[in-house]
Amino acid sequence: MEREAEPVIGLDEVSAELGGRPVLRGVSLTVGRGEVVALLGANGSGKSTAVRAVVGQVPVTEGRLTLFGTPVRRFSDWSRVGYVPQRSTAAGGVPATVREVVAAGRLARRRLRPMRRADREAIDLAIERVGLAERAGEPVDALSGGQHQRVLIARALTVEPELLVMDEPLAGVDLDSQRVLAETLRSQVEGGASVLLVLHELGPLAPLIDRAVVLGHGRVERTVDSPSRLPEDSHPCHPADALEPSAEPSLQTGIL
Amino acid sequence: MTTTLAGSGVLELLDYPFMQRALLSAVLIGLAAPAVGIYLVQRRQALMGDGIGHVALTGVALGFLLNASPVWMAVAVSAVGAVAMELLRASGRARGDVALAMLFYGGMAGGVMIVNLAPGGSTANLTSYLWGSVTTVSPADITAIMVLSALVLLVTLGLRRQLFAVCQDEEFARVTGLPVRALNLLLAVTAAATVTVAMRVVGLLLVSALMVIPVVAAQQLTRGFAATLALAVGFGVTVSVAGTTTSYYADVPPGATIVLLAIGVFALVSLLALPLARRRAPAGGTPAGGAGATTHPAGTEASSAAAHRP
Repeated sequence: MEREAEPVIGLDEVSAELGGRPVLRGVSLTVGRGEVVALLGANGSGKSTAVRAVVGQVPVTEGRLTLFGTPVRRFSDWSRVGYVPQRSTAAGGVPATVREVVAAGRLARRRLRPMRRADREAIDLAIERVGLAERAGEPVDALSGGQHQRVLIARALTVEPELLVMDEPLAGVDLDSQRVLAETLRSQVEGGASVLLVLHELGPLAPLIDRAVVLGHGRVERTVDSPSRLPEDSHPCHPADALEPSAEPSLQTGIL
Repeated sequence: MTTTLAGSGVLELLDYPFMQRALLSAVLIGLAAPAVGIYLVQRRQALMGDGIGHVALTGVALGFLLNASPVWMAVAVSAVGAVAMELLRASGRARGDVALAMLFYGGMAGGVMIVNLAPGGSTANLTSYLWGSVTTVSPADITAIMVLSALVLLVTLGLRRQLFAVCQDEEFARVTGLPVRALNLLLAVTAAATVTVAMRVVGLLLVSALMVIPVVAAQQLTRGFAATLALAVGFGVTVSVAGTTTSYYADVPPGATIVLLAIGVFALVSLLALPLARRRAPAGGTPAGGAGATTHPAGTEASSAAAHRP
């Protein structure tokens, strides 16, 4: 009802600090239903902090941040949100299989209750979607960076989220996994999901992105409504990406 | 004692009520200690049990001073200590380790001081708690041990998915809406209960070994968390029962016997796991099982990447 009119994510002059240091200084942006919005910017521009504030992990010091129309501090319907944090290279002290890590995502629906058959099916489906069904029983430590990223995405997909929030899903991801990731993201968007994701460069995801917001020093530097119009200076970080022309030719790279 | 038993069945040691209690507590300790320890190891807090053991000493001494049950006083004091440790960890303070040191040594010194204030008390009273003993598990202790280990197992097995999620990726767990803070505090209190369950037989200074060593031994053979948990509990029960039995026949302290057996299991498993570890050495871009067998996956990726570039 009123929620339909509200953006899925709304930031209105949001400021946030990390350890007393201002990181976001009045950021405004919205993600509408079914929209895919990319956050770009140099290291330290506040991209990750913005995303972590959206999922309630960095307190907002000023401004207003809403999720599905509810202020994030009072938001509790977390099973509507699939969060893909930045992949950490730190391994846990105890081995865990792909399936065990992915299953943790489903807790957003089960909370403290035991898993049921429908939950197990949702977990299997999520693993299948990222193409890791054959590796479900393997320890995550044995996976490549790109495969590990796919595990984290599958974990977010177990709740069949209406909103995906992803922090650098392409960082250190091989071409094969980039393709799987773009494919997965496209099917989520076709299914009506909204997406906010942090990227270093648009790369293979460019055709999916409705709007790119470039952050710099904790402020919105510019907003570009179509990724193909994004200027060349949008911080390519790998030499290989500089080779990729921004618009149509990227469709012929075998990625999408 | 050993001579009178020579030639009779092994099960004869079950004729002695004190051995029945010691063996029953050995089984419960073997189950509970690794079941809690796995979460601490996962979170790289393997020494938390040791810290709780230090703090528990103050509780034991308070029991002597106040003429109350040392076991229940130890539960209370170590639970408070464990909660304090968890709050320190969660606050992420840079000086957290120094605060922990204060807590550990304060607990130890407090125990020694308080027991000397108790009427007729001396550090000798603490010895059996520090190092463990089979003969001292009283009928009252066994009740406490049974109640506490039932609670510990209920939490660590019943909430294993939730605790796994919290220990594996705390921020993600918070975003799923799990009550992360409550689960962390529950885990801390559960660890404190485990320390007090184990202290009568294994001893406060060696408790942590039984929480950690079976887990690190198990994880060399396993690929997943659930399998590690099951195997670690199996190792835990095996070494604590074997250690307690050995301690009876050989007249050696049970705690030290159990811990040395656990280290023996670890060494044995490490040897067995050598070929296994070589097969699945974690490699940067190489998928599991790739190393040794073939080298093509990484090569294919690189060449296909080159082929697809415009």
